[in-house]
Formats: sequence, structure tokens, C-alpha cells
Amino acid sequence: MNDRGKIIAGLAIFIAIVTLPFWFNMGKAAPVPDPKLTAKAKAAKECVESTAYMRAEHMQLLDVWRDTVVRDAKRVYVTEKGKEYMMSLSNTCLDCHSNKTEFCDRCHDYASARPYCWDCHIDNPKGEN
Amino acid sequence: MDSSRRTFLKIAGVAAVTGWGARPVLDSFASSGGHGEAVEPEAKKTGEALIGKHWGMVVDTTQIESIDDLEPIFEACHKLHNVPVLKNKRHRIMWIWEDEYEHVFPGQESPYMVERLHKTPLPVLCNHCENPPCVRACPTKATFKRESDGIVMMDFHRCIGCRFCMAACPFGARSFNFRDPRPFIEEINREFPTRMKGVVEKCNFCAERLAVGKMPACVEASNGILTFGDLGDPESEVRELLREHFTIRRKQELGTEPSVYYIV
Amino acid sequence: MLELALKGSKKYWGLVGFLAAIVGVAALTWLYQLQFGLGITGMSRDVSWGFYIAQFTFLVGVAAGGVMVVLPYYLHDYKAFGRVTILGEFLAVAALVMCLLFIFVDLGQPMRMLNVLFYPTPNSVLFWDMIVLNGYLFLNIVVGWNVLEAERSGAHYPKWLKPFIYISIPWAVSIHTVTAFLYAGLPGRHFWLTAILAPRFLASAFASGPALLILLCLIIRKFTKFDPGREQIQSLAKIVTYAIILNVFFFLCEVFTSFYSNIPGHMHPITYLFAGLHGHGAYVPWMWTSISLMIAGIVLLIIPACRRNESVLAVACAAVFFGAWIDKGMGMISGGFVPNPLEHVNEYIPTPPELMISLGVWAAGFLVLTVLYKIATSVKEEAEGYVSTP
Repeated sequence: MNDRGKIIAGLAIFIAIVTLPFWFNMGKAAPVPDPKLTAKAKAAKECVESTAYMRAEHMQLLDVWRDTVVRDAKRVYVTEKGKEYMMSLSNTCLDCHSNKTEFCDRCHDYASARPYCWDCHIDNPKGEN
Repeated sequence: MDSSRRTFLKIAGVAAVTGWGARPVLDSFASSGGHGEAVEPEAKKTGEALIGKHWGMVVDTTQIESIDDLEPIFEACHKLHNVPVLKNKRHRIMWIWEDEYEHVFPGQESPYMVERLHKTPLPVLCNHCENPPCVRACPTKATFKRESDGIVMMDFHRCIGCRFCMAACPFGARSFNFRDPRPFIEEINREFPTRMKGVVEKCNFCAERLAVGKMPACVEASNGILTFGDLGDPESEVRELLREHFTIRRKQELGTEPSVYYIV
Repeated sequence: MLELALKGSKKYWGLVGFLAAIVGVAALTWLYQLQFGLGITGMSRDVSWGFYIAQFTFLVGVAAGGVMVVLPYYLHDYKAFGRVTILGEFLAVAALVMCLLFIFVDLGQPMRMLNVLFYPTPNSVLFWDMIVLNGYLFLNIVVGWNVLEAERSGAHYPKWLKPFIYISIPWAVSIHTVTAFLYAGLPGRHFWLTAILAPRFLASAFASGPALLILLCLIIRKFTKFDPGREQIQSLAKIVTYAIILNVFFFLCEVFTSFYSNIPGHMHPITYLFAGLHGHGAYVPWMWTSISLMIAGIVLLIIPACRRNESVLAVACAAVFFGAWIDKGMGMISGGFVPNPLEHVNEYIPTPPELMISLGVWAAGFLVLTVLYKIATSVKEEAEGYVSTP
């Protein structure tokens, strides 16, 4: 086959393009994020559920919350310990975690997750810091 | 879309159908996280929530003198719900607004009508129909009738922006976000979400206020023009009004059974 | 068979490049729409569906029209159409690609499109429309491709294909019926709230689809060595004749019911489209053009001498196609939204970016059509003993 050179060159270019993101980011790995808690969040000690659980599953929890509030008209979340919370991203979560850039965004940016929550929900509803 | 979430929702759906309620649902996803802490939370209504079987509204048009009586009503609603003010007429978003009798009740006007109705602006809003055509049309159940109290709701998270509901609504009650509404909200109410571009919105009978024991904002601002209450309760104030006055509803002939009544 | 699409003349590649360029410009315009929102279109609170959905509706008709060559061949054993069934099926494929793209560009939140599958809602006609359109696309690809492949290898098409062929015939009717039901079941939209809407849609479909097919046959004869055949074209012409007459007849039925009954709600949209309402009448010249084209088409098609002359036939088919396009691709949707539910007249005029995106979707459809027809005609040329030119 006299196309051998062309095929090999084509494959090489293909592999180079496909792996470009890895080359491009080599040695530039972002440090593991360290989300910062507000004083209010620190004082509360624990979120609506345990920290480990919240870290891993907060998106599932929020998904259930939004369906429960919007579709089932139930707005109060009762934890196992019997504590009650209003299920509201803005008025409950972001009231405590009023530092979106230092809390939410740090991990989201690191994981390249772009939730569209804030297209509608307003962070830091009381305007505190 | 996140596959684990999909799976979770399916489990949730199955559990809901089999009548296991919220507990096992939340359990199943709590344990699926693999963090060992099985939480057993549940969801419930707020203690102070206003409960009704079928929310409805009565508009007393005899109390309306001029548009000045209605402006505070519109303002209360639109400010509370972060309804943007768009200059481009095509993109306007309205939850509650005014129009003339002949436009609110087309086909029911006559040249020799009682004079008051010729001049009076009437408030119009979503009728929260008992047989809502918009709900029938929606391909994703993003708009749905809440069976517990009859409110026709929007789930903005789910709306794909096909606008079938707008074609289906015979009352022009629905607005579409033709662009990002945020820059056009004069003063943001930080406790209520805004909307994003590409979704449909409309009046929600202040579901968020009913949940915390408050009357709809328009009713509070109306100086008695609007009365809100449970049509399913014979002792309610709205039923009292309906017993005592002759009322009409918009386009009754279409069979949508609006929950907003007008004393004329 | 796909390799046949990769070996073509300069003209073929020129056409492919030209269509791809339009698609490219339109794709950029669509990105702008995605970023800004549907506000770049002329649609409004009152006319909430515009050019996109109107094109979609018209093209569902073109897709359904393809069945007019499939049905006589497979059900009535009308052998002559065996030569052109593949053209009808591939036209349906291209039209359906355009339909789905038009729905896609019309969505406010296209990324959430799959919600229709995640939350299936059988009470929504849109849910059923999604099923019938995708189903018909699947049927036409499977049937068309396999029959063509069998023809290429000189064999009879496989037996398992038969049920798919038979299903595809009523399925063609279903796609346009369900699409009409999107509109015909909405209370308070008097222009659409009519039991005759689905029949009217089908009549216009069976006129515009075969009319386009005749034009395509004439083009294929000119540019390839495959001749779809004079008898085939003449038979299609008769189908177009009957269908376009029915379409105009159904429309006149609407006019009678609306104006003899004298019910304002029923008269308003027709008055708006053909005479203007409250000083708004952007569509008046278009609608009269549409009626004139359809009537001119009928006259030319009815006179046998005209119909048999293929140059005149081409003019007649173009008249029918554009007449039906204005009727459905412009008037049908805007007319239904004017006046609005509160009896105000707010007109809809499409904007340049909206037209650009629409043009891009048409170009994408014709790109698919060009490639598929290239394959089909190459197979036919081979079958008839021509060696395909490199």
C-alpha cells in the first residue's frame, strides 16, 4: 500500500488532537479545593445531614427537595434527629452558606460542574457575609 | 443528565407508586451513598400552611373605580415574584394585568351595556382551571394541577420551553421568557427565585405564601376587590360571596372550569 | 452503499459544499439564539409559535406525501412506481430530519429535550408526535435502505421487511394526523378548532409532497443517467391534481362554515389573513398569492395537454408547492394566534436571524436529500448498466 505514510500521519494527528487536553493541562493540576465555611455555618456544626453525606449527595438531596416543594407542596424537611428545616435553596442553604464563591464555586469549578441553580435562585438572600 | 440521579428518581417513583411514602425513598438514596449513615428524614407541610381543597378567587368588579385601584395589586404581585419589566411588548411577562370588559369577556359585550362595565378595567390572571388545557398539552408535566388544592403550578426546572401550554391556554395567561429576565427586574426580591430564559411562567396563586399561612399578595393589596378562599368549603368567604352575588367566569363555554369568578 | 455518496462529480460536491456552508452560518446564528434566547425571533407572548413550527408543520406534510408512491406500489401492485419508491422514502427521511430540527431550534431549553422521555406524558399530543415522527423516520430509513441494497445486489428485498413496509403506510397518515391534533384540540383557538384540520393537512401533504417529488424527478433526469420515468411522473401528477383540489375544497368548507354561521371568533382569523383586521394585514398579499398559485396549479394540472407537457407540469408543481407552503408554512400558524385570546391583534413578523436559522434547517434537509439521492441514483445507474463516473 502506498498510502501507508498518509495513514500513519493521519493517525498521529488524530491521537495528538484527542489527547490535546491532557498535554495542555500537564503539570497544571488545580489544587484540591478547600471550601470555606461562614461563621454561621461553623457555629451550626452540622448541616441538615452529616458532612460526609452532604459532600457526596447534596445534589440528590436538592433534587428531592425541589420536587417535594414544587410538586408535593411539602416544604418542611425533618431529619432523623427530628430537626426541621424549610426546604429552600436560597432561604435555607444559601442563608447559612452565604459565601457562594468560596463555598459552592470552589468545588464546582474544580469538578467542572456547572449547575444552573443560580440562574434563578439567588445566593446570599439576606445580603450578609 | 446524571445517571445515578435518574436511577434514584426511578426508585423514588416506584416507591411513591407502591405507597411507601417518603421514608424508604429517602432511605434508599441515603444508603446508596455508601457513607454508612442511614438517615431517616421525612417531608411534611408547614404547620401554619393554609389548607384548601380547591383554591379560588372572586373579583368584585363593582368596587373598581379606576386603574388606580388595580395598580397596587399588580405591583404587589410582580415585585414579590420578580416579574421583569420588559420594554419590548413582544417579550412582556405578566402574571396579573388589566383589560377591558369586551376583551376579558369577548362575545359577552353588548352595545347597550351597563355603563360602569364599559369604563372599568378588570384584572385578569391565570384561572387555575379545574380542567386545565395547558396541563393536558404539556409534554413533560412541567405544568401540572396540584391535586391537593387545585392550583395549576409550573415546575421551572422541568419546562423545556416548547410553549404548547401557551397555545393551549384560552386566556392568554402564560408568558415566555424570551430572554434572560434578570436585568429587567427593577428590585429583586431575594427570597423568591427569578426565572431563566426559555421557560414559561404564570400566576401560581402565591403557593409559596399559602404554605406559610399568608393570603396571596394580590389579595392583601386589593382593598377588598379580590377575595381568596376554598371553593371546596361551603362555609368559606368565597362561597358566601358566590351565594349572594351573580358571578360570571371567562369563556365558560370552553369547559375549562375557571376558579376565578367575577361579580359584575 | 455509503461509499457511493463519496464518489461524485464536481457539481455534486459543489452542491454539498454550498448547502453545508448555509448550515454552518445558520448553526452560528443558532448559537446566538441559544445564548440570547428566543427573543431574537419575531415571536411574542401572543404569537408564541412562529416560522419554526410552521415549517415543521409543512414538512411533516412533505414527509407524509412520500407515501403516495409507496402505497400504489405495495398495496395496488402498481409496478411503475417501483422505480421511484426509494425517492419517496428518502424524501420522507430528509423532510423528517428537518421536522425534528425545527422542533429542536424552537425549544426554549433545548438541553432539556429528553425530559419528554424521562417524564412521558401520554395526555400530551406532543408526546405522541415525538413517537410517530421518530417512528416514521426509522421506518423509512430501514425500508428505503434495505430495498435499495437488495436492488443493488440484484435480489428481492428480505422477507422480514414486509411488515415494516405495510406499517409505514398507515404510519404516514398518522404523522400528519397527530400533527394536526396538536392544533385541532386546543380550546379557544377557533382557526384550528375544526374536525377538518387533519383531512386538510393530509390533502395539502399529498399535494405538496408529490409535487416536490415530480420536480426532484425532473432534476434527477437532467443531472443523472437515471430516468425516473415519464409514466411515473404522469401518475404522480394526477395524485397532485386530486390532492390540491381537495385542499382548496376543504379550505372553502372552512370559509363557508365560518362566514355563513357568522360567528365572530371563527371569522376573525380568516378575515385577518385575507383582508386584515384592525389595521393589521401583513399576510394579506401572501395569502392571496397562495390562493392564486394553488388555483393556477389546479387549472394547469386539470387540462390534460398541459399536464402531459413536462415543462408546464414543472411550473404547475412549483405553483402547487409554493402555494401550499405559504398556506401552511406561513398562514396556518400565525392565523391561529391572531387575534389573541383577549381579542387583540398583535402580528407576527419573522426576523432575519429567525429566517437564517430556518434556511439552515432547510439546507440541512436538502443536504441529507442530496446525499441520499446520490446513493439512490448511483445504485439505479449501476443496475441499469452504467458505470458510475468517478
